Amino acid sequence: MPVTYEGVREEHSAVRTHAGMFDVSHMGEVEVEGPGALAFLQRVLSNDVAAIGLGGALYSCLCNEDGGVLDDLFAYRLGGDRYLLVTNSANHGSDLSWLGRWSRGFDVSVRDVADRYAMLAVQGPHARAIVQGALAIELPPRMRVNTVRIGKRPALACGTGYTGEDGVELLIDPEIAPAIWAELLDAGVVPCGLGARDTLRLEACFHLHGNDLTPERNPIEAGLGWCCVEATGFVGCEAVARARAEGAAERLAPFKIEGAGIPRQGNPVLVGDEEVGIVTSGSFSPSLEIGIGMAYVRSDLAEPGAEIEIDVRGKRRPARIASKPLYVSPSSRKEQ
Amino acid sequence: MSDANYPEDLLYHDQHDWARLEGDEHAVLGITWYAQDSLGEVVFYDPPEVGATIDKDSSYAEVESVKAVSDVIAPLSGEIVEVNDALADAPEKINDDPYGDGWLVKVKLTAPEEAEALLDAGEYRKLLEKG
Repeated sequence: MPVTYEGVREEHSAVRTHAGMFDVSHMGEVEVEGPGALAFLQRVLSNDVAAIGLGGALYSCLCNEDGGVLDDLFAYRLGGDRYLLVTNSANHGSDLSWLGRWSRGFDVSVRDVADRYAMLAVQGPHARAIVQGALAIELPPRMRVNTVRIGKRPALACGTGYTGEDGVELLIDPEIAPAIWAELLDAGVVPCGLGARDTLRLEACFHLHGNDLTPERNPIEAGLGWCCVEATGFVGCEAVARARAEGAAERLAPFKIEGAGIPRQGNPVLVGDEEVGIVTSGSFSPSLEIGIGMAYVRSDLAEPGAEIEIDVRGKRRPARIASKPLYVSPSSRKEQ
Repeated sequence: MSDANYPEDLLYHDQHDWARLEGDEHAVLGITWYAQDSLGEVVFYDPPEVGATIDKDSSYAEVESVKAVSDVIAPLSGEIVEVNDALADAPEKINDDPYGDGWLVKVKLTAPEEAEALLDAGEYRKLLEKG
């Protein structure tokens, strides 16, 4: 996926007002199948996998023993004891080793099926209508997955996304992906690159693993306590329970720059002369036309309205902690 | 956005900046078509202050696109006498018209002879072709 096709702003705006598509085929897929699939996934995923009905989707963290976030991923339940995990590409290999290691003792097979799928995310207020019209498939509601046929091949249509807009993610046979891309292009969907993917997800306050999530940070600090159910006994649950009970020293919070300046990853967060945190994601917001970001800051400052400054390459830029999401699309519904 | 162009009446610095000499003592500075094209849509321009001095080959301002920030290198030394205030609200002018409405600063030169070391349009184009 290129950074941009025709310009980040244009692509960003296409997703906010119409429909854009991202070739996210770099994402990894792992199939987990067998009588022990549920018990295994309860052990490795932070969320309550038993809550996923047939055709359901669930967002989870994959934690290490210390509660550090190895990856964040969606799990889709495709069959009674068959699940598909969609991993971040940079973590796909290490996720596979991790899952393999923890699968011992469970009656389950863990298969790397990344080669089996290309992935197109079609997002925006008109995305569903256009996909439905162009591909003549039945689309699932939000947070659900349908097994469909696209280009005469089995495919998955998922009601998920990473933009804060309604839309679908299509997991399709790589052989037919170019034809489907062309078909959607003809139907008026705007090709979008990594640049817009980042500005869209940041406005929606969705985490990017590697920036906002790392093995050194736990889900409580990251504001992902809502997708951790310690009672399931997942790997890392003790550490997560402790962090939840004791409260985190630092928490991830979204912020908006007040005035000029664009924050970037790594910029220090200041209050007076004290360094109180660090920016993990920062960019220009095409929707809000200001600099926005997410930063780990001292917990007492991680509340909407708190005044901070961002040290942007030596210049102090006044900013204020905001509530999530930073931008609410009029046409969006709650996601993640 | 305009097509690639490098006007003959300008002088160029190999860090993709241009200078338009005005008389013996002044110059208007900006970034080249190539620079703005590499950067992408400019969303922020952080100008120096009037009265500040700038040194040839050193950074004197920042231009920022959605995806990246870039230092602007001074092709000549001097003192800032004017900045393009219109860019505060419309930094995209740097993309739309890098040699016109997208000019960055006007300087009073402190070492006008430095201009002799700059490239003309033909030399700059050759530099770009070499990659």
